[in-house]
Amino acid sequence: MSATVVGQSSAKPSEPKNYLNADHTLKSWLLSVDHKRIGVMYLIAVTFFFFIGSIAAAMIRYELTSPKGILLSSEVYNKTFSAHGILMVFQFLVVVVPAVLGNFLIPIMIGARDMAYPRLNLLSLYMFITGGFLILASFVLGGVDAGWTFYVPLSTISETQISLCLVGIFITGFSSIFTAVNFIGTIHKMRAPGMTWYRLPLFIWSHYATAIVVILGTPVVAITLFLVVVERGFGFGIFSPELGGDPVLFQHLFWFYSHPAVYIMILPAFGIISEIISCFSRRPIFGYRFVAYSSLSIAFLGFLVWGHHMFLSSQSVLQGIIFSLISFILAVPSAVKVFNWTLTMVKGSVHFSTPMLYALGFMGLFVIGGLTGLYLASVDTDVHLTGTYFIVAHFHYVMVGGTILAYLGGIHFWWPKMFGRTYSEFWGRLSAMIIFIGFNLTFFPQFMVGYLGMPRRYHYYYFAPEWQFYHLLSTAGSTVLGFGFLLPALYLTYSLFKGKKAGPNPWNAKGLEWEYTSSPPITENFTQPILVTDSVYDYNPAEDSKMYEVDEEATVEDMNK
Amino acid sequence: MGWGIFQYNPIPDQASAHAAKYDALFWTISILTVVFTLFVVLLILFYAIKYRRGTKVDRRNPMTHHNGLEALMMGVPLILALGIFGWSAKQFVEVRAMPKDAMEVFCIGKQWMWHFQHMNGIRENNELHVPVGQPVKLTMISQDVIHAMYLPEMRAQYHVVPGRYTELAFTPTKPGRYKILCAMHCGTQHSEMVGQLYVMDDREWGEWLEKGGNKYKDKPLNMVEAGAQVWKDKGCGNCHTGLDNPRAPSLVGILGKTRTMTDGTTAVADRDYLREAIKIPHNRITAGWENTMPVYGSTLTETQVLELVEFIKSLSVSKGEFQRTDMAGSTAASDGDSTAVDISNKGSSAGNAQFRSSEER
Repeated sequence: MSATVVGQSSAKPSEPKNYLNADHTLKSWLLSVDHKRIGVMYLIAVTFFFFIGSIAAAMIRYELTSPKGILLSSEVYNKTFSAHGILMVFQFLVVVVPAVLGNFLIPIMIGARDMAYPRLNLLSLYMFITGGFLILASFVLGGVDAGWTFYVPLSTISETQISLCLVGIFITGFSSIFTAVNFIGTIHKMRAPGMTWYRLPLFIWSHYATAIVVILGTPVVAITLFLVVVERGFGFGIFSPELGGDPVLFQHLFWFYSHPAVYIMILPAFGIISEIISCFSRRPIFGYRFVAYSSLSIAFLGFLVWGHHMFLSSQSVLQGIIFSLISFILAVPSAVKVFNWTLTMVKGSVHFSTPMLYALGFMGLFVIGGLTGLYLASVDTDVHLTGTYFIVAHFHYVMVGGTILAYLGGIHFWWPKMFGRTYSEFWGRLSAMIIFIGFNLTFFPQFMVGYLGMPRRYHYYYFAPEWQFYHLLSTAGSTVLGFGFLLPALYLTYSLFKGKKAGPNPWNAKGLEWEYTSSPPITENFTQPILVTDSVYDYNPAEDSKMYEVDEEATVEDMNK
Repeated sequence: MGWGIFQYNPIPDQASAHAAKYDALFWTISILTVVFTLFVVLLILFYAIKYRRGTKVDRRNPMTHHNGLEALMMGVPLILALGIFGWSAKQFVEVRAMPKDAMEVFCIGKQWMWHFQHMNGIRENNELHVPVGQPVKLTMISQDVIHAMYLPEMRAQYHVVPGRYTELAFTPTKPGRYKILCAMHCGTQHSEMVGQLYVMDDREWGEWLEKGGNKYKDKPLNMVEAGAQVWKDKGCGNCHTGLDNPRAPSLVGILGKTRTMTDGTTAVADRDYLREAIKIPHNRITAGWENTMPVYGSTLTETQVLELVEFIKSLSVSKGEFQRTDMAGSTAASDGDSTAVDISNKGSSAGNAQFRSSEER
């Protein structure tokens, strides 16, 4: 990106002071309103919740190696998969990319000193942690057995700690809303002079689209879940038919948020992939405007497809067909993105770095995840597949294969910027490949066993022992996957202390965060105000590649001399 | 332990009229998915390798946008998607249209079992018996939480919701035993809310209806039927025919009649008398006959005696079932000709009669 530092001819190289070592007291971290410190605290928090959620996932996988279960009772099994779903969805996937990378990068990418509402940002972190600990408390005090979807009347008659858990999710939901308000305010009002909308990195576009979805959707689910608490606590008849309520109304309200929530999880991931593909192809993204607008159209259409979760829930056939049609149309902007990323490599100078391997893995898995979504958008094929492991496999391809791979790619991409140190490329590439293989081994068999009819959330399947083969494959894969997730935790932590100094721009990437800040950035991000004068992504692939070309003839001549 | 794809069919049984159509659509989408995935993955690999850093390829003037290409990238998936949508929607309308000639079965879902009620009054738990080829419509409601009636081999599923009736129709086409699953998390024993769907051919279905839906034991017999069975087993009809004959008196309408014994006493042939006459026949011999009847005191249970008496009560001359065919032509003493005792039959009466009857069985 071309930009100049106003009033000074060149940016000073990184000063010894940066946001990490500006102040060392605990208080300076816990009460920091610096978006970078908040991002780092989010990183620690989401990693913690991811760890707990992963343990629950491992328990599920090992329990399913036998058709009759091995260790858990059905009650504990139900609480385990509920804990896995609730933690992973509400405490990890929805927040992970915006809260960690979005918080850290958005102000820097647009040339701002901080978020528009720094204190709101800190409040949102503490609401997130409060919500998370209330949810964990509900697990410790007896657990939750209704699954992360909390379908009534099961969740109203269940005698587990659902009310406490829902209050936790309610609070976490408001944390998301505050973050989204902050993003929209920041992106609208805090851009540096010259940073026009079409000069914004695509990372910003996708976070902007995400923030809109969060603001429109999250209040609906928050109040819906709160109504369940009211119904449980005071017996108000809202959803339970015994009290005069309508259980299908709950599903409408719940999916009105929870389908867009899928886009809340995946849109920021799209932003990361656009950045990584562009950087490691050393050329501008292909079809910038189409990629930017596809994010917005996904955000818009995402609100009109919630009924495809309810084809069989007693909504009318006509409703089902309309929701199915819109769901099919929604496939188009997703396809556009994948094609544009692919074409971005044309005439590029592709470098297979760790972030790029994660991004390429993302593209492959997202294609499978997206296309298997068509089986479920298709109203007739959904009949046999909904409620089975096919759905489980599909959304894990999108959520794990999509969001988590993109997140890990983004963490590896911006890690030198965040902490000023580089990690081992060898271990990075190895982890990307282990995760890719382990992931496919875990979830591909689930497509097959789902098509054979294995319902999700089943503890036992002794009535069909032939399904055990697929579950064994899946559990074996999940072991590899878990090991793959553990690797980055180890070598990234190691790099914090022993990693080589990264320097301000180790990838030779474009963008304000690489070209005009030190690694790690100083608390104010930029030493001087920024004036943006040219578009983003002004890479030169031919020049870049030339540096690495081995000119055989020249080498021979050199040797002859 | 099953070794999955190597041993079992990766396609679930196609046991309903809809299943084949369903799988046609399913595999069409699958082929498109595979083709599309391979296309994208190969394209990614091709470009990534061709343009990897350091290769000598033309990198001048990289294209940054191309509206025609974008239109192609949107148009082709859109057309394919709409085609699949149309196909799918048409089949969905078909499968959700409840057939008029369907056999209606009521289904109640509750934690954690399926309860079925047939129109003819047969009730079943976690089992559903249906005839092959007959459209079946389940009218369903839940008693507590939301369940989902899922019949994988029928490619049929629909939610079972409290507070409202929902419907699910399918036409089984292949006899066999299939799965009934609950596909909506419904609480602790969700995974045990499973049952069997029995699709039966016409003969089995007829028998099943005959037995009142109880496949484990024979149709319960009423007293007369049970008595008839004892009568047949013991070969009573070998001697006791529709008419008095030299070997034994007829038992038609015997109950309540006054009988005269060989010692001159009389007795009213009530239940007690008949029981005695069956269990210890030599105690009192009806005048005009010899002591030829075997003793059944220890061979028949009290229940069987009761049943036998009921059967005897039901006898009438017009019923041919207890008449011996080999005696049909005989004139055998028309009306209580008590004098004409067939002495020649004396030696073989009891044992032979029983022996012969067991042969005939």
